[in-house]
Amino acid sequence: MKTIKKSGLLLFLIGLTIFTGTIFTGSFSLTSDEFGSFIKEKNYKNELIKDELQKAVVTSENINIFEFSSRVRNAYKVSNEHYEALINKYDSEKNWTKKGEQYQYKIYGKPHSLSFELAKIAGAGFAAENPILMWFLTFGLGILGALLFIIPDVILLGKPGIKNNGIFLNAATNRGWIGWFAFVFLVGFYILLYFYPDYIVNWVYLVDSISESINGNLASQWFLYGFLYCIVMTVMAVRMYIKYRHNKYQILRTTSVLFFQIVFAFLIPEILVRFEKPWYDFKNAFPLDYDFFFKWNLDELLSSGGFGLFILFWGVVLTIVVVPVMVYFFGKRWYCSWVCGCGGLAETLGDPYRQLSSKTLLSWKAERIIIHSVLIVVLVMTGFALYTFFSGDDQVMGIKTQSIQDIYGFLIGAIFAGVIGTGFYPIFGNRVWCRFGCPLAAYLGFVQRFKSRFRITTNGGQCISCGNCSTYCEQGIDVRAYAQKGENIVRSSCVGCGICSAVCPRGVLKLENGPEKGRINPTDILLGNDVDLMKLVNDKN
Amino acid sequence: MEHIVIIGNGISGVTAARHIRKNSDKEITIVSAETDYFFSRTALMYVYMGHMKFEHTQPYEPWFWKKNRINLKKGTVSKVHSNTNKIEFSDGQELSFDKLIIATGSKPNKFGWPGQDLNGVMGMYHKQDLDNLEKYAPNNQICKRAVIVGGGLIGVELAEMLHSRNIPVTFLVRENSFWGNVLPKEASAMINKEILDTNIDLRLGVNLKEINSDENGNVKSVIIAETNEEIECTVVGLTAGVSPNVDFLKNSDLEIGRGVKVNRFLETNIKNIYAIGDCAEQHKQIGYRKTTEAVWYSGRMMGETVAQTICGNKIKYNPGHWFNSAKFFDIEYQTYGWVWPKPKENEAHFYWEHKSGKKCIHINYDKNTLEFIGINTFGIRMRHEFFDKVLTEKNSINYVLEHLADANFDPEFYKLHEPEIVVKFNQENNTNIQLKKKSWARIFSV
Ligand SMILES: Cc1cc2nc3c(=O)[nH]c(=O)nc-3n(C[C@H](O)[C@H](O)[C@H](O)COP(=O)(O)OP(=O)(O)OC[C@H]3O[C@@H](n4cnc5c(N)ncnc54)[C@H](O)[C@@H]3O)c2cc1C
Ligand code: SF4
Repeated sequence: MKTIKKSGLLLFLIGLTIFTGTIFTGSFSLTSDEFGSFIKEKNYKNELIKDELQKAVVTSENINIFEFSSRVRNAYKVSNEHYEALINKYDSEKNWTKKGEQYQYKIYGKPHSLSFELAKIAGAGFAAENPILMWFLTFGLGILGALLFIIPDVILLGKPGIKNNGIFLNAATNRGWIGWFAFVFLVGFYILLYFYPDYIVNWVYLVDSISESINGNLASQWFLYGFLYCIVMTVMAVRMYIKYRHNKYQILRTTSVLFFQIVFAFLIPEILVRFEKPWYDFKNAFPLDYDFFFKWNLDELLSSGGFGLFILFWGVVLTIVVVPVMVYFFGKRWYCSWVCGCGGLAETLGDPYRQLSSKTLLSWKAERIIIHSVLIVVLVMTGFALYTFFSGDDQVMGIKTQSIQDIYGFLIGAIFAGVIGTGFYPIFGNRVWCRFGCPLAAYLGFVQRFKSRFRITTNGGQCISCGNCSTYCEQGIDVRAYAQKGENIVRSSCVGCGICSAVCPRGVLKLENGPEKGRINPTDILLGNDVDLMKLVNDKN
Repeated sequence: MEHIVIIGNGISGVTAARHIRKNSDKEITIVSAETDYFFSRTALMYVYMGHMKFEHTQPYEPWFWKKNRINLKKGTVSKVHSNTNKIEFSDGQELSFDKLIIATGSKPNKFGWPGQDLNGVMGMYHKQDLDNLEKYAPNNQICKRAVIVGGGLIGVELAEMLHSRNIPVTFLVRENSFWGNVLPKEASAMINKEILDTNIDLRLGVNLKEINSDENGNVKSVIIAETNEEIECTVVGLTAGVSPNVDFLKNSDLEIGRGVKVNRFLETNIKNIYAIGDCAEQHKQIGYRKTTEAVWYSGRMMGETVAQTICGNKIKYNPGHWFNSAKFFDIEYQTYGWVWPKPKENEAHFYWEHKSGKKCIHINYDKNTLEFIGINTFGIRMRHEFFDKVLTEKNSINYVLEHLADANFDPEFYKLHEPEIVVKFNQENNTNIQLKKKSWARIFSV
């Protein structure tokens, strides 16, 4: 069994190495025909960019993606700078007509995204030419290796039950060198994905055919990400099934997040695209889905006929009615650890890191400030977006709606939710985004705290203050602080993963939905002591 | 300001300090020789097993003590001078008190076995024992085999600890079945099986004769009294029970029996000195409770109680219905009320076991009145509040069985065994008890 496990690890690492190495392979250039049709499709009105780009990419040289990217970006830069100079010139000459004319020649868009588009056409080399073989050498080996690494645990972990042996003695799960390595890798991955998509174009080739078979188009980096997300969640869900095979709550919950990720976040939106409908994830509620009310999205929905209107209607109802009503009955867990994609990744890929979340009072304070600030920002931004949408004015009180949206998208949407939210799993635990950043979680949290039937019941006086529950709380809740006082846990941040209850060696904790009365039960003297003393002291407060 | 000094920063001393702080402005000092901060002794095993780091066993962050104005002093108390209201430390320092609470806990029993002080022989009680274990049994290269002597709750925990690092364990238990002096035989047999299934070499009905050393004073082997069998090992865990940690008080004016003798107000024979937790010994049994109780919960309850008395609301230590819990490898155990190994004269046992052999319950009840007396539950979690109420209201076993769904505390979606349990009771007793549906109204009495 151990040998199987070890060879699994080896295969996985080989797959990962090939995957990483693929980035550096291939050569990139366009034939004049390819270039011609690209330019035609783009319909650029300016000649300079055509020349510049042609010089840069129509070549028989063997250039790699980094060189290719730099040439393309340079071409766009040269062209844009040229027209900017003209704009400035006409501006100083006060020649407004001429100045106005120049704007149409400027080319907008992020340089690396422009370069990605070209690179997607330009690639040649092993990955681009043998995508299926390469798929097996990267994804295939990775999946096979990971499964071979995970499945022997059925035997190796011993009988069903909580087996957290060695977690804090292991460099992977105790912020050791493996943890730091995983951190660097994940952060690097997200930075490439969000900011340098052209550098990972070789990866995108590998899933082109899958993309085509689902949505009819070649893959984008986002398709790659969605696909990878589903694969990673599925493999790590197998790990969950084995680790918590004695615990039906965990099994069902894992199945649920997996289902919603694969079907709702991945397949349905891609199939919608195939039928020329807007890409939409029906479970992704505003304000997590922060651009739902952006003008471009509303415009797109409104121009997509009845279906677009339905999405618009559903999106609003989901946030205003479905989400809070469900939180009232079941707590925010119904969303965060049964449905949500971010939660889904945290609960599968992130599960090995849950014990690393900080439990200090200081981090709780920071958490409340940060997460509620994000909620406020998102609401203000949405207010701006709606104002812009209805009034047509592109700024509010001198602040450009677009700039706020860009800043939010960059800082929160990409850096916080992606790079930090997932990249930091191996260091700060698996729910960094959900705990500190997610505005939807903040909103659900309010409902859960003040108007819900959900609580974690503490079983009378049975707590022995051992600390397993707090240690394994991914949300950094000091569960023990409540349990050892015989007090129920009704914290707004609780996502109801149920692990505290699973790891408690004394059967103290139970997630349940019950009457609101008695849900919050501050106690000083615990059950089991003198009834008169309990009455005397507990009734005082 | 009155100065309250507490010796011992375990659960009882710390609970007392917290409650005194809640109710008063008195100056509070906690003295301990073991660690700087309060930690959960019950969690020591999880540190060795790698489930937690030692910091995780500390229920309060370091700032807590300062914020609550509880002074912490590290040091070993060697004498209590009751005539001058002072305690003396081993380094000669002294500290005055107005009121003193002794909460020094227990120490592992050693029965004078030859070799009991060799290197590699240890109890499993203090933080230092944990450090020792880490030193002598870091892995199965250095520790080829460990022998555990004494089959109680700490013994089985130590077995689980060593097993988690793949160290072979021989487990010597004096009784003929594990914890057979506490559990009825069916449940005890189930735990025997659980231990054996985990590949622990469980030896029932045997005693330790002696521990042999190698030329360097390290453990080499143990000899079993009954068979004279020699078992080679490098670590010996002594877990044959604990006794009150009161040796340093033997020459004081305090009345000492097994522990520090206290009355129902937790007062010792000397005014202004109290004793709580494992180290306190009641003059008379309270109900069926033992006069000394080495249980987390009792220490906590005494702490809660003595704080009231010290803050002017003099109140008797009057613990409620007995409850306890433990875990034997993967089998969780809870108990409410009293279940004896054998029913007393007026009592009967009802037993149900799940076909997996990993879950069972024992209910003890009065044969004549059918009053419910207690339940042991293995592998099924039960609601403390439910049974506390049943015991207070002296409900019958029929009531308990009818309402078993209310009592269940397993996580959601777990398979429920109540119908099966009720059917079995009905068959055995010719009754027609019908299981009621779970009712939140009853559970929360709203
Ligand atoms: C491994 C293990 C597992 C356990 N599991 C459970 C369980 O699951 N459930 C349960 O109910 N109970 C359990 N117990 C028992 C429970 O831990 C004890 O009953 C409880 O800790 C006693 O608390 P206490 O405050 O009375 O004493 P302690 O926790 O022993 O604290 C006493 C403190 O006083 C210090 N001290 C003693 N003498 C001096 C001195 N002269 N000078 C200065 N300081 C001194 C000691 O060093 C110690 O720190 C377990 C015990 C052990 C060892
Ligand atoms: S895991 Fe259970 S016993 Fe341990 S501190 Fe948490 S609630 Fe208490």
